[in-house]
Formats: sequence, C-alpha cells, structure tokens
Amino acid sequence: MRTTRRQFIKVSALGAGGLALAGSSMKWTAASTLLNSLTGGVEPTRTPTYCEICFWQCAGWVYKDQAGNIKKIIGNDDDPHCNGRLCPRGTGGVGMYADEDRLKTPLIRTTVDGQDTFREASWDEALDLVAKRFKEIGVQYGPETIALFTHGSGGSHFGHMLKAFGSQSITAPSFAQCRGPREVAFLATFGDIIYSPERTDIRDTKCLVLIGSHIGENMHNGQIQEMSDAIDKGASIITVDPRYSTAASKSKFWLPIKPATDMALLLAWMNVLIENGWYDKEYVERHTVGFEQLKAHVKPFTPEWAYGITTLDPNMIRRTAKEMHDASPSVIIHPGRHVTWYGDDTQRLRAVAILNALLGSWGRRGGFYNPEKAHVPEFPFPAFPKPARTPRESYAGKYNLANEVVSNGMVDATIPSEGNTFNFKAWIVNGTNLLASLPNQANTLKALDALEFLVVVDTMPMEITGYADVILPECTYLERYDMIRKSGHREPNIAVRVPAAEPKYNTKPADWIARELGIKLGLEAFYPWKDIEEMLDWQLQQVGTSLEEMKRIGVKKFPREFDDLYFTEGQDISFNTNSGKIELYSSDMEAEGLPPMPVYTAHEEPPSGYYRLIYGRAPMHTFSRTANNPNLTDLMDENVIWVNPKVAKLWGLKAGQYIKLRNQDDVLSTFAIKVRVTERIRWDSVYMVHGFGHDNKKLSRAFGRGVNDTEMITNVKVDPAMGGTGMRSNFVTFVTEFDEKEAKA
Amino acid sequence: MRYAMAVDTKKCVGCSDCVVACQTENNVPIGYCRDWVTEVTDGTYPQLEIEIRSERCNHCENAPCVRCCPTGASQFAEGGIVLVEHDRCIGCGACIASCPYDARYPHPDGYVDKCTFCIHRVDKGLKPACVSVCPTKCLYFGDLDDPNSDVSVVLKKRKWKTLIPEAGTRPQLYFLI
Repeated sequence: MRTTRRQFIKVSALGAGGLALAGSSMKWTAASTLLNSLTGGVEPTRTPTYCEICFWQCAGWVYKDQAGNIKKIIGNDDDPHCNGRLCPRGTGGVGMYADEDRLKTPLIRTTVDGQDTFREASWDEALDLVAKRFKEIGVQYGPETIALFTHGSGGSHFGHMLKAFGSQSITAPSFAQCRGPREVAFLATFGDIIYSPERTDIRDTKCLVLIGSHIGENMHNGQIQEMSDAIDKGASIITVDPRYSTAASKSKFWLPIKPATDMALLLAWMNVLIENGWYDKEYVERHTVGFEQLKAHVKPFTPEWAYGITTLDPNMIRRTAKEMHDASPSVIIHPGRHVTWYGDDTQRLRAVAILNALLGSWGRRGGFYNPEKAHVPEFPFPAFPKPARTPRESYAGKYNLANEVVSNGMVDATIPSEGNTFNFKAWIVNGTNLLASLPNQANTLKALDALEFLVVVDTMPMEITGYADVILPECTYLERYDMIRKSGHREPNIAVRVPAAEPKYNTKPADWIARELGIKLGLEAFYPWKDIEEMLDWQLQQVGTSLEEMKRIGVKKFPREFDDLYFTEGQDISFNTNSGKIELYSSDMEAEGLPPMPVYTAHEEPPSGYYRLIYGRAPMHTFSRTANNPNLTDLMDENVIWVNPKVAKLWGLKAGQYIKLRNQDDVLSTFAIKVRVTERIRWDSVYMVHGFGHDNKKLSRAFGRGVNDTEMITNVKVDPAMGGTGMRSNFVTFVTEFDEKEAKA
Repeated sequence: MRYAMAVDTKKCVGCSDCVVACQTENNVPIGYCRDWVTEVTDGTYPQLEIEIRSERCNHCENAPCVRCCPTGASQFAEGGIVLVEHDRCIGCGACIASCPYDARYPHPDGYVDKCTFCIHRVDKGLKPACVSVCPTKCLYFGDLDDPNSDVSVVLKKRKWKTLIPEAGTRPQLYFLI
C-alpha cells in the first residue's frame, strides 16, 4: 500500500519516555500463597464505566488492586445492556488500557532527507497546527469541507467542535458499511428503525430466525443473553447460513443455503405464509397496505422455485414457515446487524420486514418491542451556525433513502471528479481504522491522497494513523469521562463513564482534545461549561440525579413515560410512513424508482477455482481494534481460513498450513493465513474473521497475523437506495507458493 | 458439602469470557489459563453437530493429583475443592502428569496452578468468576449436598455426562447434553 503523495509512515517516533512506563502496568501482585489466594480478593475501590470495546456499550465497574492498578472490569447488575455480565471483550477491556503499543504522545508528519516521518510534539504545538490548517481550509474552501469519520464515544466531542466551526460533515461507517440497509428498510416498512441495542424481544420469543446473523460469534451481549434464555424456555431457532455457525448448532432447523440467494428463500417463505393462510389476518388487515399486491407478487415464488436457486429442500422451506406461523406473533425474523452484502440489501431487509409484518410480530411480545430513551437535556450552548453545504450535497441525487450520512459517499466526494464542486479537503478520523472498515482500499487511498490535511485521533497505531499529518493520542475509556449513555430499551436508562485512572503516557481524553482545539479555533462560546464534570453534573441534575450519585450507582433506570412496550390489541396505530400504515408495498422505494416489493436478482458466482469470501466476527474481538489487545490476543491471535475438506483435498491443503489468497481482481493478500479444514463451511465458500492482517509494525502482537479481509474486498456493490457497500461478491483462490519469510513477517 | 459445576453445552457459545474473567480475577498471567473452551465437531456437511464445552479442573473426588503430590501441596479443601498450596509446591510437575484433564499448568513463579472454583469468592457467598460473568448463563455452581442448589437442580432436570469417566477419578464437573 503506497500512495504517491501521502506516504504511509509506520509510527516509529514513539517516545522513549513513554516506553519506560510500559510494562509495569501488567504486573499484578501475584498471589503466591494459599492464604493470599484465599484473602487476596480485597476490592477497595470501584469506578463506573460503560464499555468502549464495542458499540453495545455495556455498563460496568472498574476495580483496582491495592497497588492502584486497574485489575478487572465487572458488569453492572442494573444495566439492561449486560445484566451484570460483560462479554470477553468487555472483561478484557483491561488490555486496551495496558497495551504497551498504545499511541503515547502527539506526532506531526515531517520530512527528513526526502523521507516522511513523524516527530513528537507537545499538545500545544500539535493542536496549534491543526487549528491553523483548519482555519486556512475553512477560509479557502469553507468549513464544511472538513469532515469527521468516527466510531464510538469520541464522535460527540469532535462532532460538537466541528459543528461549532460550521461543518456538519460527520459520518460513521456503522451506517453504510454495516446496519444501514436494515434501518432504511424498516423505516420504509414500519416508519421506525431497529436501533442499537436492537429492539428484538428475544427474551420472550418462541421462534428466532437468523438470516446469516451469527449471534454468539458476534458478541452482542444482551442478544446473546436473551437467546440463551429463550433456549432455556424452549424457543426454536431457525438459522439460514452457508456456514454451520455456532447459532446454527443451537438451532432446531439449519438451512445450509447457497450463498447470495437469501432473497429467494424470503420470497418463498412469503409465498408459503400467504398461500396457506399462515399470516396474521387481523393484524395485516388493520395495520398494513399493499397486501393484495404482495400476494400477487409472490405467487410464482414457490418453495420449488426457490429450491433451484437456494439448494434448500422445499419441504424444509414449508416446515420452517409453519414453525414461524405456529410461534406467531412471538416470532422474530431477525434483521441482523452487518447486512451490507450484495447491493440489493435494502430490498432483502424489506423482505425481512414484510415477513415480520405478515406474522404480526412488530410491536408484539416476543417480536419487536417499542424502546424508550431517557430524555436528558443538553447543557445550554449557542445555536450552531448553519453550514453552507450539508454532507449529502457532496453526493447529491444519490442514496436518497439514507437516513444517516453515507461515509463512502463522502470518501468518493473527497476524490476530485468532473462535475463535483463539493470536495472534502480535510478529515478527522477518530476511532475507526478506515483502511479496514471501508471496502475498496484503493479508493480510500485515492481519497487520502487527495486530502490536504488528515488528523487521526486514536488509542492505537492503526493503518490509518500512518497516513496522518497529525496524530492525536486519546486515552482509553478507562481513563476518561464521556457523554451520558442514553439508549433506547425496555426501560429508559442512563449510564456514566468516570475515569478509573489518570491517562497513561502523554494521552488526553477526547473531550479535552476537542475542546482545546475548539478554543484555538475561537469557539469558546460553544464551551460554556468549566469542564466535562460540570456539564455532566448539570445534565444529570435535570433528570433528578447528580454526578456524585451516578459515581456510586453507574446506571440509573427511569419509569416509561408511555405504556406502549407492545401494541394494544385491537387498536389502530399510526405508523410514521407515507401511508400511516405498515407498507408491504413501499411508496418510498417506488418514489426512488426501486422495486416497491422485493425482487430476486441473481448475484455474481465465483469463477472456477475461486470461492466466495464470507467474513464474520469472533466473540473475543471487535473489528480490527482489538487485534493487539494482550488479553484478547491471548484467546485468539490470528484469523484462519475455513475450507471445506473436499476443497482442501482438491487443492492439497493441510490443516495448519499457511497460504496466501488472491482475489478475482488479482489482489494478493499481504500476509498468509492458516488453513482450518472443517465441515462447517460449504464447498463453494471460504470464511474468515474480520479484523486481522494488520500491517503496522508497531502493533507487536497483531502485525502480520492473518489476512485482512478488507484487502480482498475490491468488488463493491453499492445499494442505490441508501449507499450501502455490498461486500460479499468477492472471490478468492489459494496461493500455496510464496516467500515464507515475507508471509511470517 | 460437595462443590460441583455443571456446564450447559446447549447454551455455551464458546466466547471464552470464562477464560478472561478467570485471568483477571485470579492474576493468571497472559499466556496461561485455568479454564479453556473445547469445541468438538461431528458429522459431514450438512449433517453436523458441535459440542462446545467450557472446561477446567474437575475437582475429582478421587484426585490423582492429590495422591501423587510429594509435598502435600495439592490437597482437598472444604467441599472437595482441590487446591495447590503455592508455598509448599516445589513445581515437580507430578500432578500435571497425573491429571487426565490437563487442568494444571506450571506458573512462571515456580509453582503449579489451577482452578480453585474461586474459593475466595465462594467463601464470601459469591459465585466463581467464570460463572458470574458467563453471558449465556451456561455455568451452574453449587453444593451437591444441597438439593436446592443451582447445580443440584439442573443435574436432576437434565441429561449429563462427565469427561473421561473411565479414569475413575469421580470428576465433579458435569456437562449437560
């Protein structure tokens, strides 16, 4: 990976002063006698936090040992996200704090003997430089050409600063690279989105249907807990997946579908439900529009029709439809989370939404509940200036149904092209490693090359940090305050994050960095609070608590304002759609010139000798951000490629052998990956966990371990409805002969 | 009193939270573990089954590790919990060799270490760290002499097995199947 102008720098100028501190943090006082191990559990202090290792944001308690070192993190019993039980990543959050490879001090790009390198800088110098460049770019091109790409808690701080400066060009890959299609599809159908945590009432469901969703491997804590409760209560699980996932192994029915054909199955299920009268007639009549059109539309899509496409036994399609009907309305056709697969994903998720509507599960116990959020007023500050242009104008005329900003739209708009006068000139990238989170790396690199200025704020030296002009090292979530967590749930609730330790090295909390930068930009008026403690305390007082109380309890629940967890039977509901009804026939899609009812499209097939690349999650890692965490790499330190034994035999691949991959566009993987020969994957596909194959040498545990699936994803199918980047039309073949040294790195 | 643990293989997803929670609770150094996850796949695509098990010391009633320990460091504590008294352990490794479950490891500080059922927590009325953290609630712990304990109740209700029963160690780690 090289660009012409913006040369990638392996972050190498990390301070020796910082290194002296590293290492000591991991030495817990080892209990050396039986007596010690019996009495060593003294727990002097605990500090509330909510987790930042993933988006689930479970609330927990940080415990320190007698020496004052952060020792363990335990879930908060009152938190509906985790019910006192953190997942392995949350429990291993201590490793994010302890990681000796962390970014340690601000760094500025400089040139020595024609070579780009980083030099250490003070916070004052680094922020002065950022403020100077932002001012220049603001004057020359307009403040709205400065964009923020963010994931996680830093976003609100940097977003506030940027909005005050006159830019609302703020985006997160969690929309167009992940859950966007489901939100847009459910918005078009039910007039409301799924939210995070998902509003799925798994706890009380009788039948849970997973379409490629691998709950259990994706460690979405509350959902796993509820799925486990549902198993205890005898719920049936139906899993549709070309891979025998962990969830599939817990399922009553596993449908080993041919990949990329899910739509055919969904249409056949609609056909079976309607033809047999296995839908909720009263619900459909009262709440929906377009039923007759849908009935006519799906008439040809029989299970026999789907068999030829999906390879699934028609009887199994009927039996599973009956299973859903029998559980109705306590049935969930799960919308999934990472659903940007083939470019017609909004349509596929529309089909999922329609199935839920036919079964009457939306707004019903065991289906989808109505979440409610606690209303916490914001600390008063002046109105933000109106930006000269909104980020949507940078991709005007496209992705009109997107209800959030499309990050790949903004990346494309960063690359100068004919006819586009709205180009982004500077980016702040916070908490998202764009070289791993956005597909088509060549395109991302083109955009990076076109930028006049790039600021990266992160805790770790990721790939994206190598392209920065200025690197600002933020401290981890265990060392800082952040905004109040307010999530929609069965019970409205809030959670706080309080620093359990001083920021290590020369790192700073995101709120401090954003505010200092804001002040250097002359935006003092937008920071009327003395510090974040004052702001949080004021906000908490408005809802009848205080920072002092929240430090003691961590999580506070509030009574629901509306008694509407589920619909009242027999009552008409006004849905937030164009028709005010659940739209089986979508007026939104029709207005965009897209199919108002889902249609099946045959997707690309792997060429001979190639296999469809399917990627997913491991329960002990989040994206590419945990790949260097000492506690979590201890559980899994590389990804492996799952190969069916038949395929392995054909290629002479042995379990444990390292191979490289080449994709359909002739891209060769930078590193090698270990072969796992397993019956759990279809013969036409291979599978790997996302987030490995880091090529930043400063990640001492992650560098060169496994393959970065994003590197192999060059064929991107963009969803015309909302800009989602479909990533599952990429095919790889095996390269068994390569330079060993290079591979082992 | 007879402490035991049951692992519901129908609920365990193999996330390894039990492993991390044990490490942070018991100061187990990175690179070592007192508990671990085993996954066994059976069958041919698409007729498949997986059993996922969170495993650890079986706290055997007839424990070869206790029998073979030359210094008496390996011993039974209350409730049949098998413990290693670190100060009396000379690190000879006889217990490691004798354990059919490979449940012990040589700690870098020179003694042999293993699962204690978190006796320091159990003494305070808490559950072992792995049990209290498990997101799927697939781990049950308690006193088999108490018919109302979590573990007694679930073992009465469900089919179960133990590992390597033929070793004759009378293991107290049960797997619900």
